[in-house]
Amino acid sequence: MANVIWGLATSHVPSIGAAMDNGKTEDPYWKPLFDGYAPARKWMAEHPPDVAVIVYNDHANAIGMDLVPTFAIGTADSYDVADEGWGRRQVPPVVGAPQLSEHLVRELVDSSFDIATANRLDVDHGLTVPLSVYCSEPGEAWPCTVVPVLVNVIQSPQPTAARCYEFGKAIGQAIRSFPQDSKVAVFGTGGMSHQLAGARAGLINEQFDRWFLKKIENDPEALAALTREDYVREAGTEGIEMIMWLVMRGAMSTNISRVHDAYHVPASNTAAALALFDDLGDRPETAT
Amino acid sequence: MKGKTMLDTDEQPTGSQTKARDDYLLDVEHTRQGYALNQMCGSLIRAENRARFSENEARYCDEFGLSPEQKQAVLERDWTAMMNLGGSIFYTFKLATLDKKSMQYLGGVFTGMSTEQFTEALRSGGRRFG
Repeated sequence: MANVIWGLATSHVPSIGAAMDNGKTEDPYWKPLFDGYAPARKWMAEHPPDVAVIVYNDHANAIGMDLVPTFAIGTADSYDVADEGWGRRQVPPVVGAPQLSEHLVRELVDSSFDIATANRLDVDHGLTVPLSVYCSEPGEAWPCTVVPVLVNVIQSPQPTAARCYEFGKAIGQAIRSFPQDSKVAVFGTGGMSHQLAGARAGLINEQFDRWFLKKIENDPEALAALTREDYVREAGTEGIEMIMWLVMRGAMSTNISRVHDAYHVPASNTAAALALFDDLGDRPETAT
Repeated sequence: MKGKTMLDTDEQPTGSQTKARDDYLLDVEHTRQGYALNQMCGSLIRAENRARFSENEARYCDEFGLSPEQKQAVLERDWTAMMNLGGSIFYTFKLATLDKKSMQYLGGVFTGMSTEQFTEALRSGGRRFG
């Protein structure tokens, strides 16, 4: 049977990808951020998953305003890297895991999550930057297949934080009922506090971010209890992306341990963070 | 955390010279109002569309059915007006990218700061409210 081996929460700021693509990770601006990633990357490289379920949002690249699904899952064999208006990132195409996608879709619909499905999906920085956070030098191919899970965090009303947490729980159950032996990592992406437009542009709320980083491990219910207005006020109009971390957390078991986290301001206009959790499941904590 | 100091604050930013609203919540009414504008900006992810836009911006806007106000905002690069007329930053940023303008430049526009001031505010830990 499949199981969730770890969960990674990470910001997906495009400039983080650009810094890697353009060899700027040692620049003074970027070095502290990438130094913060190093212990997590080392651990993840030692615990490679077969499949990554990546919870993210599209940024006007594959999903326009013609049709806005609240939750959607990619079901394709592969996903092209999107040209977001400044040329494609020079990273490998993303190979899908269509059997797991199909299983997740069926199980989720049976769990009353009536999600949309996508047979064609050009994946943008929301998905590829987290992949690069996991694996900075993939060479010709990413080291795992991918199931993209899309959440609408751009058009209001976004799904509630509580619904995202429940959605994650349903995803976790579905993964654990997948009949193939498969090691699955779940990525929750976006955040932390940031706001791109309006008079509050440039907002950073470190106090809220650090509280969120702490609570996501052992008290996600406190985060699920916040309203979307709470998220917008505290974390900014784009900081509401953090509800996608709750999907990741929901997919993990209650028995997790924190491997590493890092917090850095700024990554362009955003507070950037990473939090990596080992899913112990039935295992005792010492068995890592 | 749901204590009084952070979540119940009514404080709003003051002092910046900007006509932008504090927050743009892209609710369904906003995105309906901004549909043509956002679709036009979103189309600029394709190189052939960027070329056609640059050839004749006004004609390109007309093809997408922008309102006169939206079209004027685009032609004048009035970034705040675009937001007030239903724009989404993820869409209008495609136009900014075509102009080789950064998100820090736009942040400065929305907050009444220069790009340098805005960038420095982020490097100093970001702007705090409440």
